[in-house]
Amino acid sequence: MRFLPDVEQRAFVSSLDAMLGSADTPTVVRDWSRGRHTRGRALWGRIAEAGVFGLAVPEECDGLGLRPVELALAFVELGRYAVPGPLVETVTAAVLLAEPKRLVSGEAMATVSYGGPYALDADVADIRLALTPDGLFRSPGHGPVRPSIDPARRLTALEAGELLTPAPPTGQALALARLTTAAQALGVGLTLLDKTVTHVKRRTQFGAPIGSFQAVKHRLADAKIALEFARPLVLGAALTLTPADMAAAKTAACEAAYATARTALQLHGAIGYTAECDLSLWLTKARALRTAWGSPEECRAVVLSGGGRRW
Amino acid sequence: MDLTFTAEETALRDQARAWLRAHVPAEPLPSLETEEGFAAHRAWEAELAADRWSVVNWPTEYGGRGASLVDWLLFEEEYHAAGAPGRVGQNGVNLLAPTLFDFGTAEQRARVLPPMASGEVVWAQAWSEPEAGSDLASLRSRATRTDGGWLLSGQKTWSSRAAFADRAFGLFRSDPDPAKPHQGLTYLMFDLRAPGVTVRPIRRLDGKPAFAELFLDEVFVPDEDVIGEPGHGWRIAMSTAGNERGLMLRSPGRFLASAERLRRLWAEKGSPEGTKARVADALIGARAYQLFTYAAASRFLDGERIGPESSLNKVFWSEYDIALHETALDLLGEDGESADTDWAERYVFALAGPIYAGTNEIQRDIIAERLLGLPKGRR
Repeated sequence: MRFLPDVEQRAFVSSLDAMLGSADTPTVVRDWSRGRHTRGRALWGRIAEAGVFGLAVPEECDGLGLRPVELALAFVELGRYAVPGPLVETVTAAVLLAEPKRLVSGEAMATVSYGGPYALDADVADIRLALTPDGLFRSPGHGPVRPSIDPARRLTALEAGELLTPAPPTGQALALARLTTAAQALGVGLTLLDKTVTHVKRRTQFGAPIGSFQAVKHRLADAKIALEFARPLVLGAALTLTPADMAAAKTAACEAAYATARTALQLHGAIGYTAECDLSLWLTKARALRTAWGSPEECRAVVLSGGGRRW
Repeated sequence: MDLTFTAEETALRDQARAWLRAHVPAEPLPSLETEEGFAAHRAWEAELAADRWSVVNWPTEYGGRGASLVDWLLFEEEYHAAGAPGRVGQNGVNLLAPTLFDFGTAEQRARVLPPMASGEVVWAQAWSEPEAGSDLASLRSRATRTDGGWLLSGQKTWSSRAAFADRAFGLFRSDPDPAKPHQGLTYLMFDLRAPGVTVRPIRRLDGKPAFAELFLDEVFVPDEDVIGEPGHGWRIAMSTAGNERGLMLRSPGRFLASAERLRRLWAEKGSPEGTKARVADALIGARAYQLFTYAAASRFLDGERIGPESSLNKVFWSEYDIALHETALDLLGEDGESADTDWAERYVFALAGPIYAGTNEIQRDIIAERLLGLPKGRR
């Protein structure tokens, strides 16, 4: 048992961190939310080049084989930088499609709807899939864009389309969708905490940085605790891939990110409540990810199903 | 990165499981916090020790199995899954023993550890004083030099297990006028039945004498019972506190077993919708705590010290433990009020968690200042 990322995994994280850190993602996100995808497409290409979309794809399809730990680590970074686009959905589609090469290379983006009324970013996706109990369908078009609480997430209904396969690998696709959403939420929470810590060190009231006040410290300490206990669930789920672990990771990561968002908003005060402040890009995503790919209620029900010593 | 265990680790786990199946009492022992229960738990420690299961991770010469940290974690999972009794010797095993391994002499280890392992000598802690709680360094109990040792005088309080324990360990002020309050403290072990010691049991919320006040009047302690250098007790004790807050005080196995018991209770009560989320969160929290501990153990095995991040752990488990037991009592309906159930016993025990071993307010200060880098301020 060695439950820590190894040297190569840490190097992979650092390289993604460096790449995304120099990408000015707030500008990319703001463009994306206005339907301007040029910068987002360029960044997408670099993410593909880093190998992210090949982490759930077999080598014969240009992928790196199924590497769920690397996938989870990558999605934490994507969340940390609030990268926009159908990231989770493209990974999910890469598992569902027999021919995922164009997704791996970054030439194509994909979106997937499952159960719910919307697919994410169908207006920009090249491949639109509807996963249903009857099989996997490819949709020729999409409905009008409906705004999400996270302006960078563009919601559309999908038109019915042709049946690709009646028996797609739904279980694995949903597991990875849930895992990557959990990891992304964890990353969102980590940045919300970082930005808020920076803010409360700088912001002075009553002659002292507000971060020296215990009421402020303790809220941030609680956010730190929630995030640090969600992190091992995300990595553990990546190792075991069991439904209970996936659901536990999704619940804990989304709860932690959302609680951190509430704290971040409160401790930033009024400036945090504005769309102009970059914090908003993460605040709203923390809310949106909670209900994406498994609501807290659905996930808790999965954790409770089954019995005996599960862990 | 992996969560797999070696053949040796799995073998030890299987061996522990088989032993526990054959030995764990069918009926729960009486409460650890009563005289009768204390004696029963002491006898259980002797039974464990006879087959080297009381301190698996200690070296064999002191009664252990020389087991690794991973072995210990797996043993604990089995121990709690088997519903085995609470551990009466945990103050000594979790707090004093690690200090002796780091700072004690070979003579002290040989003399103190084997009877600790067998439950023959049960240890109480003597940290807090009436005027020194969270601000422990302000403590005033004195150790005064005398021929061949020290004389202890003063008052200690909230001394867990002291009502029935044999010996105690704690910090005393050996320099009455130090430059800083953390200096001039000495770490000593003493006999609770020595002349000059008065033990006055304190009844906790449910009336059981779970802790005690200690009045010390020129209690003689020989030099051989000083741990480390006189005057350096703070640093030594903080290493103990680090252990206490860190990996050893609450093993993940305990909460995995409690969460599973809660899930069974919930199912027995017809899986009520109203408590569903709280029961799920208990399962999720136990898994999170287990994996968090595996990660910490992995870092420890890489040679890293467990530092201020142990404060994350302490706040998490202490609040988790209360929430889990609140849910259980709510599920019991009107029976939730009964004080004689195992759930009630555990609930009352859990209520103390956020207070001892460094209050959760102190822990949150440590997290904010030392992990997040926020500026120090007035408490």
